[in-house]
Amino acid sequence: MTSQVNALHDHAHDHEHHDAGASVELGFWLYLMTDCILFASAFAAYAVLVGNVAGGVAGHDIFELKFVLVETFALLFSSITYGFAMISGHKGNKSALLGWLAVTFLFGATFIGMELHEFGALIAEGHGPDKSAFLSGFFALVGMHGLHVTAGLIWMGIMMAEVIKTGLTGRAMTRLNCLSMFWHFLDIVWICVFTVVYLKGAI
Amino acid sequence: MSHAHDHAASHGSVSSYLTGFVLSVILTVIPFWLVMNGGLNPHDTLLTIAGFAVVQILVHLKYFLHLNFTKEGRVNSLAFLFTALVIVLLVVLSVWIIFSADALMMPY
Repeated sequence: MTSQVNALHDHAHDHEHHDAGASVELGFWLYLMTDCILFASAFAAYAVLVGNVAGGVAGHDIFELKFVLVETFALLFSSITYGFAMISGHKGNKSALLGWLAVTFLFGATFIGMELHEFGALIAEGHGPDKSAFLSGFFALVGMHGLHVTAGLIWMGIMMAEVIKTGLTGRAMTRLNCLSMFWHFLDIVWICVFTVVYLKGAI
Repeated sequence: MSHAHDHAASHGSVSSYLTGFVLSVILTVIPFWLVMNGGLNPHDTLLTIAGFAVVQILVHLKYFLHLNFTKEGRVNSLAFLFTALVIVLLVVLSVWIIFSADALMMPY
């Protein structure tokens, strides 16, 4: 009897959270749509500036497609592992959720590490963002995506700490759902980056 | 029961994530392979990789972001469609205007 009452209570509680969470998630989705427009502006700027190499290097001189393919796979793997984290979370499996979040974090950190390595190597070879309009556009666009991923990693770390401390509350799940949208959204932006910047540049 | 079903539908299942992942791998590897091997002429290559990118974005939207046109999911999908329209206007018109201006400024 008690468990039945508890179950009813939990359900009502869940439902309340679910409704409040749903409007938070919609609001976050609308924010992501404005973020799309920010990225679209950076893409438009890059598309306009890409030909202005000021006598310096062009895309096909500096892009290493094999390297970019590995970066792409790091992000792709992180997308599916985040999906597994959310499935574990919705099942109420806290340790599986934390495990998958840790794996996702490692893939995301690998991506950022590779990107920093690429940027560092370019600047060391004298192809920094101050060399040409093309390189300014390149660093601005790819760097903006990288900053977003870094923000996602910080958020993920905070969420892991929150779940360890307070467990799988409705509030934590709403936040994890928002991070899920953010993370998968960044993967979509990366599809545009590797197509428009790296593949088009290397053709 | 129906609640559990709604949940699975809106948050995805292992099989839907795996489907999305396998499709994404295929849709990523083919354009990279195409550009790295240089089999097609540049114009056709560009069109093909653009096509693969659009399809992969749709795959991600469906399998990872769970966009759909059910009663609960419609608002998100419509917001996305409107944003896509804004993005097309923003990018295409910017590029068009700037390149036209550039052409007009060329000294004869």
